[in-house]
Amino acid sequence: MPTTSRNLGRHRARWLLLLAVLALLASACGSDDDNGDAGGGNGGETASGCEVGETDGDLALYNWAEYIDPEHLDAFAAEFGISATMTTYESNETMLPTITAGNAGYDVIVPSDYMVGIMIDGGFIQKLDFDAIPNASNLSDDFRNPSYDPTQEYSLPYQWGYTGLAVNTAEVGTDFPRSWDVVFGDFANDYAGKITLLNDPRETLGAALKALGYSLNTTDQDELNQARDLVGAAKGNLLAFNTDSSDELLTSGESVIAHVYSGDAFTQFLETDDPSQYVFFVPEEGGTRWVDNMAIPFDAPHPCTAHTFINWLYDADQGAALSNWNYYGTPNKASIDLLDEELNEFLTSPDVLVGGPDSVESIADTGDFETNYADAFTEAKG
Amino acid sequence: MSTSAGITEPRGWFRRVLQANAWLVYAFFYLPIVLLVIYSFSDNRNVGVWGGATLDWYREFANDEPIKTALGNSLKIAAASTTVSVVLGTMAALALERYKFRGRGFFDALLYLPVIIPDVTMAVMMLLFFAEAAKILGFSRGFSTITLSHIAFSISFVSIVVRARLAGTDEKLEEAAMDLYASRWQAFRYVTLPTIMPGVLGGGLLALTLSLDDVVITQFVTGGGWNTLPVYVFGLIRKGVTPLINAVSVVMLVASTVLVGLSLLAQRIRGGEPV
Repeated sequence: MPTTSRNLGRHRARWLLLLAVLALLASACGSDDDNGDAGGGNGGETASGCEVGETDGDLALYNWAEYIDPEHLDAFAAEFGISATMTTYESNETMLPTITAGNAGYDVIVPSDYMVGIMIDGGFIQKLDFDAIPNASNLSDDFRNPSYDPTQEYSLPYQWGYTGLAVNTAEVGTDFPRSWDVVFGDFANDYAGKITLLNDPRETLGAALKALGYSLNTTDQDELNQARDLVGAAKGNLLAFNTDSSDELLTSGESVIAHVYSGDAFTQFLETDDPSQYVFFVPEEGGTRWVDNMAIPFDAPHPCTAHTFINWLYDADQGAALSNWNYYGTPNKASIDLLDEELNEFLTSPDVLVGGPDSVESIADTGDFETNYADAFTEAKG
Repeated sequence: MSTSAGITEPRGWFRRVLQANAWLVYAFFYLPIVLLVIYSFSDNRNVGVWGGATLDWYREFANDEPIKTALGNSLKIAAASTTVSVVLGTMAALALERYKFRGRGFFDALLYLPVIIPDVTMAVMMLLFFAEAAKILGFSRGFSTITLSHIAFSISFVSIVVRARLAGTDEKLEEAAMDLYASRWQAFRYVTLPTIMPGVLGGGLLALTLSLDDVVITQFVTGGGWNTLPVYVFGLIRKGVTPLINAVSVVMLVASTVLVGLSLLAQRIRGGEPV
């Protein structure tokens, strides 16, 4: 009995090894094919000849969770006499392989800025037919021709936000520099142990790069090293490197200065008893502006419905309805006056974007240099 | 309680150290869960900040249409995939345990594969498979693809549990039934099936739990608005964690615990009976 079971075990191991190799081969071949198809196939072509408001089937939207009111989506479907479904994803990295494998069945997807660049390079999203999206003229000038889609042929912004600093003025007062010195300079020494920075290599090193006057998309190792040393020097004053609950740490009083995403911070402020005690701003040296975008996959089954949906969301009323529900920024200049007052004030106040529109950058994919950012951040956190 | 004669229980300080260790392990496992449950009743948007007791988050759960839809989707998929995988898994277990045939070792290994390969590997393979298959068959991803994937990994778990049960039952019982003029079907229906029922039930509940909990594979093969509860909840984290997620987790935790408990109970009660 022991002998046979051992033989069986060895057999089993051999089979498993063979199967594993086969599975790997199969998946490798599969993905090669897909890349080839996508690159040489529909990718990059324009979905030709959709009329304004034309639908060629039901809408399948692939979006982040809680990013559009389900009733708002139903209103679109009702207006055009189709049905609409939304499937949700939790990261760009989950969304990407679903699309690249092909036949995902989605008509509109919502990739973030850097992911748009990756999907254009791979041929995974198609050129938009702007004749079918006349409302695209409502796109605010600040968002035209972004670095990740320089000719603005493949994507239109969906919602956006900043990364900057949030300060509890009840603790810090209002007389502080609107500068990254608040966390990286001597000023921070007065609030040691009450400051958080995002636990994200690109955001936090990006803040340090901006503080030093460089681009946050730099691929210069020397500039990156300086940023690393700046973050490393600031570490002594930190409560934590924290991304998921930095806004909550601020409003619960554990921190008084926090490196945060604007949308999270803003909704968090509104939950407190006295929202006016908190201030969010992008320091004068500049910061990050993230933009999520609408795009159409290369093999979308209903490209005309997709164009119609994008055009519909660029309508002034619909754009405002979208932002008034999810409370992120709208890239639609016709919608701004229709926003809730507090949201409008937050988005347009010159006190928020201290350095002006030219001071902010979107995070771009730096290719192989991403590893250098990750390594530098690890060293900075030491 | 049958303690074997050769082993004596540890005594004195050594025993106390071991006991303390056991309690620490239990605390490490269960205190986070206790905290999760407590804060699901907290009247404060911030997880981890106590704001008085409330049932608001459970109420919000009950009024949140996308979450309820996702829960319904999860239950439909779990019901379908469990039913199919219990039948197929039991058949596979019977074939592998009771019959000798060419390629048995191969199928044996094949059956263990979904248990040992990482979820994400299986997810990507499933995704590629469905994408290729769709080119030929022209179906779209959604209920069918999620259910098929769940069946694919559940079969293995069902058949492993059923086989463990089969290995402990005597083949001679079936032979005896057939000696007494039972047909093959009758022998299966009145002798084999009742004997292995605890295994079948246990395997089925395991499959149900796995299907309800799966995130990694589901999020790769979903489509057409078929969000399952765990996938949707995972997506909500981007918007910040509120106690709503705690409330949803508690409901899922209770459901999963009840299912696992039932599974263990089924195996113990039936398993204790003389066969």
